[in-house]
Amino acid sequence: MKATLDRVAAWIDERTGLYSAARGFFEERIPASSGWHQVFGSVALFLVLTQAFTGILLAFNYAPTPGEAYNSLRYILTEVTGGRLIRGLHHWGASMLMVVVVLHMVQVFLWGAYKKPRESTWIVGVVLLLLTLTYGLTGYLLPWDNRAYWGTVVATNIAAQLPLVGPLMARLLGGEGAVGVVTFARFYGLHVLLLPPATMLLIGLHVFLVRKHGVAPMLGDENVPKKPFFPGQVFKDTAAIFFAFAILFLLAVAVRVPLEQLADPGDTSYIPRPEWYFLFLFQTLKLFNGPLEVVGSAVLPGLAVLTLILVPFIDRGKMVKVTRRTVALAVVVLAAIGWSGLTAAAVKSTPTEALTAQVDYSGPTAWIQLSPEELAGVAYFRQENCVSCHAFGRVSDGPDLSRGSIHRDAAWMIRHFKDPAGMRPGSSMPAAGLSDAQLNSLAAFLLRLNPDNATALADAPEFATQGALVYQSHQCSACHRVNGVGMTVGPALNGLARLQTRSWVIEHFANPQKLSPGTSMPPYRFSAKELDNLISYLFSLPES
Amino acid sequence: MDDEKAVAPEAQKPLRRNLLLGAIFGMGAAITTALGLPALIYLFFSPKSRKQPEWTEAGDITAIAPNAPVEIAFHRKRVDGWKVVSEKTTAWVVKHADNAITAFGPQCTHLGCAYHWTETGNGFLCPCHTSLFSIDGKVISGPAPRPLDRYDTKVETGKLFIGRLRQSAETQA
Repeated sequence: MKATLDRVAAWIDERTGLYSAARGFFEERIPASSGWHQVFGSVALFLVLTQAFTGILLAFNYAPTPGEAYNSLRYILTEVTGGRLIRGLHHWGASMLMVVVVLHMVQVFLWGAYKKPRESTWIVGVVLLLLTLTYGLTGYLLPWDNRAYWGTVVATNIAAQLPLVGPLMARLLGGEGAVGVVTFARFYGLHVLLLPPATMLLIGLHVFLVRKHGVAPMLGDENVPKKPFFPGQVFKDTAAIFFAFAILFLLAVAVRVPLEQLADPGDTSYIPRPEWYFLFLFQTLKLFNGPLEVVGSAVLPGLAVLTLILVPFIDRGKMVKVTRRTVALAVVVLAAIGWSGLTAAAVKSTPTEALTAQVDYSGPTAWIQLSPEELAGVAYFRQENCVSCHAFGRVSDGPDLSRGSIHRDAAWMIRHFKDPAGMRPGSSMPAAGLSDAQLNSLAAFLLRLNPDNATALADAPEFATQGALVYQSHQCSACHRVNGVGMTVGPALNGLARLQTRSWVIEHFANPQKLSPGTSMPPYRFSAKELDNLISYLFSLPES
Repeated sequence: MDDEKAVAPEAQKPLRRNLLLGAIFGMGAAITTALGLPALIYLFFSPKSRKQPEWTEAGDITAIAPNAPVEIAFHRKRVDGWKVVSEKTTAWVVKHADNAITAFGPQCTHLGCAYHWTETGNGFLCPCHTSLFSIDGKVISGPAPRPLDRYDTKVETGKLFIGRLRQSAETQA
């Protein structure tokens, strides 16, 4: 068997040279000092390939135009089997790649591995870092939700305000001041057509240069024989890749990447934030105002990139031990402190209040269509702990309430809730301790259940069910209409988020006359929690 | 890894080498599986289907004469990936002598060309490869492999409602 395989291998190798090339690659001899500190390059390469793989898979189900983009991504997340995992891998893979690329650079920097004759390897690496950032910037727009849209509005405006090249950049990015279809097409084109081959070429060049100059030796390596790359170092690289991949996979499985609402250029309440690895730049910008703004947006970042490129020409000293490179170490520590400080400040300045009202559209959102009465029914369903006996999709202690065949009219159900055994002899269900209005709510919700929506409805977010409960108990529907249910004395409340800010609504509850003179709405005193839930609920309602 | 430096690499113990090889291939296989399996599932499992409207109204059929097939056009909603599209489609409707209704799918079962009823041939004739079907959809001649496909139908107060299109093999089974 082995002899046959060897013959086949030899036959192929004679005609293609594949095996010899691979053997040559793995038999490369590396300095004896090589070890765990040099694994980051391999991990970065692995993550780039994973991004390409998951990116191609996403593209198979993704329509790259605004609107369609959002709907197709939502389709990937809610309907395609495994779609959420693939998107999670791509999303978290991007963040991990940033981390690993930076670790790779820090290692090379600390060890001084960029020194003569390896300057070109370092410079190609800096360009690859810039490409990675461009991937992040362009990929951020592609979900076309509010986060993507508003983040990109800020980014393109920064580019448009650059001195001299600003107007050109604006035109190149597809529109002066406006992010639209053209911007989207340009970002998509960059992300999937221009960047991947550019990255592959530069990675090829980078690896070629690493091989050409050999792995950078350390002081003392000249006196010891070199060791083979395979299997010792290959094992270390693989173990590091495995470790990184395990973290990536866990993140993709465990941390849900939200999808916000469809990009809304009219949403004035949205507070844009860039991806975490751009937060330090975002914060730097805040330090410079007026005519100095260009210092934060262009001069400092430009100087930083230039300095990075020039590093091998600035530090031209002889090779010394890592532990002796105190200046390099100080630079890294200072950079890390600066970066962390700026990022922390940016995170701190991000209001969390606005985020609690965000609905994650990457999950089923059937509950949004319910009337407030039905949604309050979900709250009572939870309050009475009905689910301990009534599971959906199977019979547990009590019957499966999502089955249409057991549904009766509301009057029967309410009598049954009050006196379970009276309506259904032998029932061991305890009577519900709810008022008639509350039982109405509960019955209304149960009548909306079917096997397809049961879980999605019962999983409605807490703020929404609690908000609907406040809405019901204060009889808001006596004047207002939500999802087509309620009176029209006051304005319909769907789309309220478009019209008013949170603080306006809070003030309006406290003093309606002040903000809407002549209104017949009385003032309301809610607890802070009630107010928060109610407004979050109202703001989550669909436009019509 | 001090021992590595001390011992010449050629002298590395075969046991150690085999352990390293096993670890490399083991971890490689684990990563390949963790990426490959979800990819296969992503590509080959059908997406969670959205509910299609089951019945589409296709118009009044009280005026149709028995045994005279008519082509009826109607709009139906179809789930297409992330969209629900409304598209025009047609059915060949036959009212039988006993007033029973059959609605045939508009495509020849050979290669999908649109066929038409011919009075002269007293059958449905496909213009592509001259498959000929009888008024009850059976193949009379030509390369068609199976009878015409049928829609589920129901009639309520003179209106025809059209449901799923079933492959004729299914209808016959």
